[in-house]
Amino acid sequence: MRELLDFTTGMSLAVILLVLVSVRRRHIRVEYSVSWLGAALALLALSRWPVALEKLAGWLGIGNPPLALVFIVGCLFLVVLFRLSVIISDLKDANIALTQRLAILEYRLESAHGTQGAQG
Amino acid sequence: MIRPAHPDSLLVIVPAFNEEAAVGRVVREIREKAPEADVLVIDDCSLDQTAAVARQAGAEVLSLPYHLGLGGAVQAGYKLAYELGYQYVIRSDGDGQHDPQDIPKIYEALKRSGCQMVIGSRFLEGEGGQTTLVRSLGIGFFRLVLRPILGRPVRDPTSGFVGVNREALQVFSKSFPLEYPEIEALVVLQRRRFRFLEVPCRMRPRLAGRSTITVLKSFYYIIHVLLGVFVNVLKYERRRR
Repeated sequence: MRELLDFTTGMSLAVILLVLVSVRRRHIRVEYSVSWLGAALALLALSRWPVALEKLAGWLGIGNPPLALVFIVGCLFLVVLFRLSVIISDLKDANIALTQRLAILEYRLESAHGTQGAQG
Repeated sequence: MIRPAHPDSLLVIVPAFNEEAAVGRVVREIREKAPEADVLVIDDCSLDQTAAVARQAGAEVLSLPYHLGLGGAVQAGYKLAYELGYQYVIRSDGDGQHDPQDIPKIYEALKRSGCQMVIGSRFLEGEGGQTTLVRSLGIGFFRLVLRPILGRPVRDPTSGFVGVNREALQVFSKSFPLEYPEIEALVVLQRRRFRFLEVPCRMRPRLAGRSTITVLKSFYYIIHVLLGVFVNVLKYERRRR
């Protein structure tokens, strides 16, 4: 169990570091870093606080705390992935609307300049 | 720019993606069989000369800068038609499977019936042309699914040969299913208590190219559309008084 907790601590710190560096370099926007930081901090806390992990495993009815940790990791990342799916869906809707609007504006502009029939 | 010329103005929209081999003939046939209609080809970011061929044939072209798929392309046409003030819009596919000879029939039905949507149905007369077994099974399945939702039978729920009036145009320009739109569009209209009518139409073999529908895609289609139908049924919409 000790090895697993140490590994989880290392992973959590790596994720936190990666997210912070990515935010600083503007590879990821602050609002989208919150889910990852929240998940990583939760894992860091559980891996450094075995009493809490054992209590949580008891609440979940899982006799083996490492197994509970794996389960919690899975749940946290499912939440993060779901949130990303919502964001991607929003972005896709916005992209479609913008693409349609751009095409309509271009059409109107070309028509106003009398170039619609002259293309191709 | 195309403009509605009279109170019963009709726009025929032709969504097309890589249809350079067929779209020219499609446009010329529409102009010949439905001379009162304006023709707008929506080029869904084709990689070939679809837009140029359509223009040469006499159509106006709305060119999408990115490939949106069928629903996104059709909705772009609906949006432009609504903004320009058209009263009726008929969609005819760019591969030539819809016979432009049937456009006046759909147009008359739209004007006469007062229905918000008129579907050109392959199954009111005859067997509907070259439909595969899997597709036939899918259509039969969706007839059963839609019967209680729509409160009446629909013979050809997957037909893309569809005409809408301005009321439906207003709805579709704001909300239109983006993938496999035909069946979901019926449910969207039903949620507003709009009415539809089917008129018999012929389906021709495509003028060029071949269908991209495979057995696997057909099953994906069924699951996707089924989910879309139930999501639309569960959606809260403010009912028309």
